Amino acid sequence: MARPGRNRYTGYLLLAPGALWLAAFFVIPFYSLVSASLFDPNGSVLTGYKMTFHVANFATVIRVYHSELFRSLWYAGLATLICLVIGYVLAYAIAFKGGRWRNLLLVLVIAPFFTSFLLRTLSWKLILSDHGFVVSTLQNLHLIGSNQHLLNTWFAVVAGIVYNFLPFMVLPLYASLEKIDGRLVEAANDLYASPFTAFFKVTWPLSLPGVVAGTLLTFIPSAGDYINQTLLGSPGGRMVGNVIQSLFTTTQDYAGAGALSVILMVVIIGLVLVYIRKAGTEELI
Amino acid sequence: MIKGGAGAVFGLGSLEVLRLLGTSSLRQNPADCKATDVSAHDKTFVISNWPLYIDPDSKKNPSTLQTFEQTTGIKVSYTDDVNDNEEFFAKVKNQLGSCQSTQRDMFVLTDWMAARMIDVGWIQPLDPAKVPNLHANIIDSLAKPSWDPQRRYSAPWQSGLTGLAYNKKYLKKPVKAYGELLSRQDLHGKVTMLTELRDTMGLIMLSQGADPANFTDHQWQKAMDAVTKATNDGQIRRFTGNDYVQDLSAGNVLACEAWSGDIANAGDPNLVFVPPEEGLMIWADNMLVPNLATRKSNAEAWINYYYDPVVAARLADYNQYICPVKGAQKAMEKIDPGNVDNPLIFPTPETLATTHRFMALQEYQTREYERQFSDVTGV
Repeated sequence: MARPGRNRYTGYLLLAPGALWLAAFFVIPFYSLVSASLFDPNGSVLTGYKMTFHVANFATVIRVYHSELFRSLWYAGLATLICLVIGYVLAYAIAFKGGRWRNLLLVLVIAPFFTSFLLRTLSWKLILSDHGFVVSTLQNLHLIGSNQHLLNTWFAVVAGIVYNFLPFMVLPLYASLEKIDGRLVEAANDLYASPFTAFFKVTWPLSLPGVVAGTLLTFIPSAGDYINQTLLGSPGGRMVGNVIQSLFTTTQDYAGAGALSVILMVVIIGLVLVYIRKAGTEELI
Repeated sequence: MIKGGAGAVFGLGSLEVLRLLGTSSLRQNPADCKATDVSAHDKTFVISNWPLYIDPDSKKNPSTLQTFEQTTGIKVSYTDDVNDNEEFFAKVKNQLGSCQSTQRDMFVLTDWMAARMIDVGWIQPLDPAKVPNLHANIIDSLAKPSWDPQRRYSAPWQSGLTGLAYNKKYLKKPVKAYGELLSRQDLHGKVTMLTELRDTMGLIMLSQGADPANFTDHQWQKAMDAVTKATNDGQIRRFTGNDYVQDLSAGNVLACEAWSGDIANAGDPNLVFVPPEEGLMIWADNMLVPNLATRKSNAEAWINYYYDPVVAARLADYNQYICPVKGAQKAMEKIDPGNVDNPLIFPTPETLATTHRFMALQEYQTREYERQFSDVTGV
């Protein structure tokens, strides 16, 4: 008789650590964030903020910071697309052509994580510096003007994001490509499918779970990223993460920072839902 | 039905939870937030200061810090974790605002931030009997700031000038006026300015003929328009903290707004500090003892030690910032004769006459101005 009872509680017990973690680090901060977004904007850090359901905060920040919001989505979308192209080719090569080097190649994909994120981003400052190899080569080839620079432009920011988030794209892609049964592609070839048709009819659809997971893992964090823009960008090209950071720490406008964070969250959730619907892969998430 | 009811309860409950949240006032009374002084048996001292602000240890000559440890027996834990006034404020505000310890006995902040913290009651008053050197030796121009007229709460660590710098290896035509940073086409995209609102906006207002110590909203707006336009046009590449020196040295930046001592300290002979034709901004960074610091007497011993003219001269000889201590110029004759007449360390009355301070702002002005400035600078 004790057995079913014990089983019933075992499930909850196993859930407890995760549930406690989520309560402490997600639910409570979430309420605190939503309440901050509704603070009376006339308060200040020194005198204290009052929670007055001041919904107008949302309209205010959208009016002032909509261009930063769009820029973030645009940068994140572009970086995700580039990551997908580079990452797919890379994952495909490792999965199908890697042979016995597979594991080593995978380690190499993760290897950059052994160095600090900040150091890796700072090293882009050296690579793209105005008197560095890349810029002077491009200038000699007349691809960019002699007065133009790459560092502190949108190019450097997108390059930094692509670089930093590429492994998050490659790993899920690899996981789903590696599972594909090679005989299916062979069968397609036997049925006179060209390599292109075989890829688009067989390999690509079977790798979709990896594509969806990879794009989400890349897009979501890069839309909120502000480190790449801080170190590699220009003041005229701020992303929404930079605005939230400076509203919170420099201006100490908690109401504005909270409202903008909530908007960013809602926009991303909305985009992700639409994307998953379109990709027709609800069951995969 | 049940599902809808649960949803409604959850929704209403959430609204009630939200209603309870808010932040309280951070104002404190230093008399109530005072720790028992354990300096007598705890011979340690924890200080937070700005980077590159103290002479480093060397094998041949002990640093001023080593000498302090040897003569007093106090072990110093020195951290250079102050990179920006606002950022440091954000770091300690939760503790100081709720009368909790920051685990520091001292930190060093610029005039306006020191004024703000003293105003909200986060700073402990110093015992004048324990810092006799401070009151005897502080230079006249720093002795009576409006926000701490008797130096009861604060002691300047160093004072400095904000002006221009350029890299003569990459820029053949030197910069002379601050306005050139905004207007010269050959500097397009190769200019940085500082994230310190009072330095940057002060210098822009000077270049527009306004007085940073006494300006109108209209003059502020005019300066704001100029910096916004230059940022949007791509003339200004970035707004920086202490980290502008690397970009200037690498040639990514040809000319920039700079702090006097940084350039002398950078160790790159191509970097030149220029006092702009329009005038310079002057500021001081102040040693402050926060509430609940447990070793206040050790902190006072530190202040008293650095207001000894010989020690002050040794520090200034490394720092190249304005020395706040009388008699240090005389002491410098023995330490480094080359620096006795260095105008960056011991500015002449003529140089001081070209320096400007930034107007004290009301709290509501600070917020509005900082919001506008940070929307442009991106920090």
